[in-house]
Formats: sequence, structure tokens, C-alpha cells
Amino acid sequence: MADAHAALQEQFEEMPQQKEAATLGMWAFLATEVLFFGAMFMSYIAYRNAYPHAFAEASHHTIVLFGTVNTAILLTSSLTMALAVHAARENNIKWLFRFLAITIFLALAFLAVKGLEYREDLREHLWPGPHFKPELPPQAQIFWVLYWIMTGVHALHVTVGVGLLSTMAWLTSRRKFSADYYTPIEMSGLYWHFVDIIWIFLYPLLYLIQRYSS
Amino acid sequence: MKSTNAQKKNYIRVWIALLALLLLTWGLAEVNLGPFNNVAALGISVAKMSLVVLFFMHGRYEKPLTWVFIIAGLVWFLIMVDLTLSDYLTRGDVPGARQTWRHAEKNPPTLQPSTNLETFH
Repeated sequence: MADAHAALQEQFEEMPQQKEAATLGMWAFLATEVLFFGAMFMSYIAYRNAYPHAFAEASHHTIVLFGTVNTAILLTSSLTMALAVHAARENNIKWLFRFLAITIFLALAFLAVKGLEYREDLREHLWPGPHFKPELPPQAQIFWVLYWIMTGVHALHVTVGVGLLSTMAWLTSRRKFSADYYTPIEMSGLYWHFVDIIWIFLYPLLYLIQRYSS
Repeated sequence: MKSTNAQKKNYIRVWIALLALLLLTWGLAEVNLGPFNNVAALGISVAKMSLVVLFFMHGRYEKPLTWVFIIAGLVWFLIMVDLTLSDYLTRGDVPGARQTWRHAEKNPPTLQPSTNLETFH
């Protein structure tokens, strides 16, 4: 095929077919991610059902302002990611690069806020174990185990996202993408939005249990 | 697909809706709605997820085959929740069964090793 795009791999007939395969593959990967986080959400459901009062009391010690600001940061980074894909579709490579850079900056801001929050949590003795905050019931430690694991694994995903989007920004600066071919940008976007969705569920489950009674 | 400026405006509208839902979920948590606090929190999260999947992830332009893949993770997660809860939530319903998981909080197991494992079963 003389007019084949340089990015077309030999196992595909044409670019739309290659893109469809990439999209299905990405969503299949995200389904495994849903189940990876799903096991932790399942533990949360089972233990909160067993210890509703201890969970509510434990949740009152999370710092809701940090959590809310971080939710807003991630939602905004999803917007800039969608706008990056949009710029690619318009062949606006300059803004594609800029929106990727803004998304990376917001991801780093999320991690910075999370770090400040972790420092406060540690100062408050909210790390489960022998030195756990003595005023809280022992079952509150189960909540905090889930807090550290779930936010920790989520932060790891954000970090992976920073690496992925940085690679995309680098490839963009090397003129690898255009309106004819930007599938990697779109697939990175799917991953990034997924990370956002996980946080959308973590936020009320960790920060907002029975806030009215605190 | 729509013209490019309309598309861009659409993204910004979705973003504003997401931030509004964030404030709503935060605000509602401060009000005692009884069991509806949980319903509201999860309902709003599901609404936010739907907006992200449909608009930011372009779900509304995808073919049915792609939707099978989009829904797959959620369906299998719900199967896991359903089967797990059908165990935990019904442990007290068998006549003569030992203490249920549901009532563990009233009679919490102490944190000493092995001897109190009984309370969990």
C-alpha cells in the first residue's frame, strides 16, 4: 500500500482498524484495573458494614479540605487531558503539547497535596500499628489500613500517569503526532480519566462518612 | 461529531458540572439524611463517572463492541460485590448460627492472636 501511514503496523489492514484494536485493548486493560481496585473496594464494603461507627469516627480524622482540593485538581486535569486530545484531532500540535504539560503539572500538584496530607496524617498518629491514635476504637485501624493502601496505590497510578504523559509530551515535541495519527495520546487519556474515576469514588468513601456528626 | 468549537465548549460544560457535583456531594455530607447519605454519595459518584466516561473518554461515540469492553469491568465488579455480600449479609439468617459478622461491632474481637478468631466465623 503506497498511501499507508508510517505508524500502521503490518498486522493491520488500515489505520481505523488499528485504532479500534488499540481502543478495545485499552478498555480491556482498564477492566482489569477496575477489578484490581475492586478487591480493595470490596474489603472496604465488607469492613464498613461490620464496623459502621468505627469507620465514621475514623473518617472524621481525614482532612476533608485536602481531599476536596485534590478532587478538583484531578477533575480539572481530566478536562485539560480531553482538551489535549481535542487539540491533537485539530492538528494543533502546539496546544497539544501545552495541554499535556498542564495535565502533568496538575498531576504533580495532586501528589504534592497528597504528600502534605500524608505528613499531617502521620503527625496525628493515624498510621495503624502499636502507636495508632489511642482515642480511636481499635477497628478504626481497619479504615486507616484501607486509607493508606487505596490512596497509596492510587498515588502510584498518578505517578505512572506522570511518566506516561511525559513520554507523550516528549514524542509530541519530536513531531510524532498529527491529526492523522494520535492514538497514543487518546489511549493515555483513557488511562488518565480512569485514574480520575477511581478518585471520584475514593473521595466520598474516605472523607465524607457521616460528616454531620463530627 | 460536532464542530470543533462546540466540542470544546461541551468539555468545559462537563467540567463545570463535575465541579458542581463535587460541591454538592461535599455539602450533602454535612446534612444528616440517614441512609440517604450513602445513596447520595454513591449516586453522585456514579453520575460523575458517567460524565467522564461519556464525554471525556468519548464513550458516546463508541460502537456497541467497545461498550461490551467498557461495561465488562463494572459488571464483574458488581458480581464480586453481589456474591460476597450474599455471604456476609446473610450469616445471621440461619437459625442457630453463631454470632454474625454484622453484629461484630457490638462485641468486637480483641486484638490478641488466634484465640478470638472464632468471633469472625
